[in-house]
Amino acid sequence: MARSAQPVSATPGIVAAIVIVAAVLAAFLAIGSRVEGTTGLRAAEWQAVRFTLVQAFFSALISVLLAVPVARALARRRVPGHALLVTLLGAPFILPVIVAVMGLLAIFGRNGWLNVGLGAVGLPEVSIYGAHGVVLAHVFFNMPLATRLILQGWQAIPAEQFRLTAQLGLRSGAVFRALEWPMLRQVVPGAFALIFVICLTSFAVALTLGGGPRATTIELAIFQAFRFDFDLGRAAVLSLLQLAVAGGAALIALWVLPPMVVQRGQDRLPQRWDARGVGLRVLDAVWITFAAGFLLLPLASVVIAGLGGILDMPAVVWRSAWTSIWVAALSTVVLVALALPLTAWLAQVRNGGLEGVTLLGLAASPLMLGTGWFILIFPFVNPASLALPITASVNALMALPFAVRILLPPMRQVMTDYGRLSAGLGLRGWPFWRIVLLPRLRPALGFAAGLAAALSVGDLGVVALFADPDVATLPLQMYRLLGSYRTDAAAGAALLLLALALAMFWICDTWGRRRDPG
Amino acid sequence: MIRVEGLLAEQGDFALRAAFDVPRGRRVAVAGPSGAGKSTLLAVLGGYTPVTAGKIIVDGVDVTARAPDARGIAMLFQDGNLFPHLSVAQNVGLGVRPSLRLDLAERQRVHEALAHVGLSDLADRKPGALSGGQQSRAALARVLLQSAPVLLLDEPFAALGPALRAEMLSLTSEVVTQSGATMLMVTHAPLEVAGMVDDLIFVDAGDVAPPAPAAAVLADPPPALRAYLGG
Repeated sequence: MARSAQPVSATPGIVAAIVIVAAVLAAFLAIGSRVEGTTGLRAAEWQAVRFTLVQAFFSALISVLLAVPVARALARRRVPGHALLVTLLGAPFILPVIVAVMGLLAIFGRNGWLNVGLGAVGLPEVSIYGAHGVVLAHVFFNMPLATRLILQGWQAIPAEQFRLTAQLGLRSGAVFRALEWPMLRQVVPGAFALIFVICLTSFAVALTLGGGPRATTIELAIFQAFRFDFDLGRAAVLSLLQLAVAGGAALIALWVLPPMVVQRGQDRLPQRWDARGVGLRVLDAVWITFAAGFLLLPLASVVIAGLGGILDMPAVVWRSAWTSIWVAALSTVVLVALALPLTAWLAQVRNGGLEGVTLLGLAASPLMLGTGWFILIFPFVNPASLALPITASVNALMALPFAVRILLPPMRQVMTDYGRLSAGLGLRGWPFWRIVLLPRLRPALGFAAGLAAALSVGDLGVVALFADPDVATLPLQMYRLLGSYRTDAAAGAALLLLALALAMFWICDTWGRRRDPG
Repeated sequence: MIRVEGLLAEQGDFALRAAFDVPRGRRVAVAGPSGAGKSTLLAVLGGYTPVTAGKIIVDGVDVTARAPDARGIAMLFQDGNLFPHLSVAQNVGLGVRPSLRLDLAERQRVHEALAHVGLSDLADRKPGALSGGQQSRAALARVLLQSAPVLLLDEPFAALGPALRAEMLSLTSEVVTQSGATMLMVTHAPLEVAGMVDDLIFVDAGDVAPPAPAAAVLADPPPALRAYLGG
């Protein structure tokens, strides 16, 4: 039989997969070694499990419920700034959590715009802290994601079908039953599951807005056991719980997970004849305004408050910004080094289930990995001295599932379109990478690297576990400033962090798109 | 030359059988109905489709198990013969050295090949900026540099208009004459290429008939070929 035309060796990809599995497995085994010596699960642990599940359920439910009318409005109306708004829906994905929390505090916090307004008309103030604050922040992050996913579903309905319903004279309600409801039944469960899984491993939101027995996620409980009590046994038990909860949910989500699409607001709008009534127009306008306001007001407040505070920032903020930049750069390099060989391998094998390898990173939460690696290394070295490389590695693992989902489809496309031609010319191995694969993948690679860099620069997770007072990334520094009530400096840091995350994404994405036509 | 011994290639329900000899320098048209296995035959010879049984021998060497680039066979496909992100010169240079690290003499050879097909002025363009005929010329320039003993053409000019197609066929003929290669070309219009080929292979339902002199066969086609030609 002729040697099949596999242009890229599988070995580097298999090595990358082994590295990933080993990194997770090592953490897991280290945690396992510490579990003995603790006595069972206490009420507090069960409380954390319960809260984790309940908040994730409500975060996903509310996100999806709000997303449906917003997506419908965007699917059937062309409003001024439509494309910008759709693009903006992608922004929370790369928005540092702590920046968003800062923005939400400015709107919903004690001295926020909402409470000032309520106070002016004599109503009692609402508090953003606690369970509903956690859910609010999760909805802020995930409602746009849900909207994009559901909007994709709407755009996938062929325009001919809307034409047909118009020809038959179906009204809005009938169109909904005939076309839109079947689509929603397919798309919404996937969006719900994805958001549910994302919220299960929530840490930074719970750290800043939650806390206390009634609003502590498992992830936060790991942090507290570790950082406040230095009870590695309890941290280990909690890590196992986290793995069971998030891992189980991730496995379930694997089946319903929608594909990631590089969507840049290049939307086409089929003509709709069923939505011309004045009532429906007003309704859609209300929903679009609500979504835009919910997204933009917190961001606007971050910018406004930040401009005032940016001169007030101590030098340590600039130092930590520099730290964040190189941690994110390192993290992006690690991600690319893992993701490229891994996807090249996955693109050439028929077994689609192997893609599940990348979900290990998602199921094994950052703090679980951090706890495990801490247990492994602290007999030998001071873990604080490795805080930043470990943060970079964990961030890379967290970005991996997204990177693979972005890179795999174009990688498969290149193999299909140019595999034969390359084989005939003897292009394989490094020349194939250099001459065919990398140039063709460049846009997807830039997008994936941009996401990874932005996620890493804004991450407040495992670094909080390891860092001593001398070391900090910018998000951690911001958290410390908030904790010591230096709100102005924190606001300045938030603006700086926002700018960093957007800039890092923009640089990578622009590099990817700057390509000669062809 | 290319020799095919007891060849069997199976794809699901479809089976392709072939056994034939094409002497060095002969030009052979491969004709037959759609789905008969013309493209499959070329893909098998080129090493892109696995063989169930049999041997493929090029210039006395058994190449059945070799990779597509190590068989002494160059091939042009129906489409996608050029990388859209590489310049014309780079695309052609791949025929010299897949790493594209060319020395001065090799660059000179690329320029000569481009001059030969009349693309000297367009060396730095991307394929997207070329017309269909110019793209075909670029692919032919690469074939020229690959200097493989066997050339397989799977209807690379099918998308061109009749006049342009005739022009490309005569350029191909010239390239083959110059390199002395053995050529097999799939065609939907045997009469159109009758003037430039020596022999004709008729493929019908997976059965590959041995090559027969084209002029004689077309003058008095067997029943199956007659039905296909609609004469």
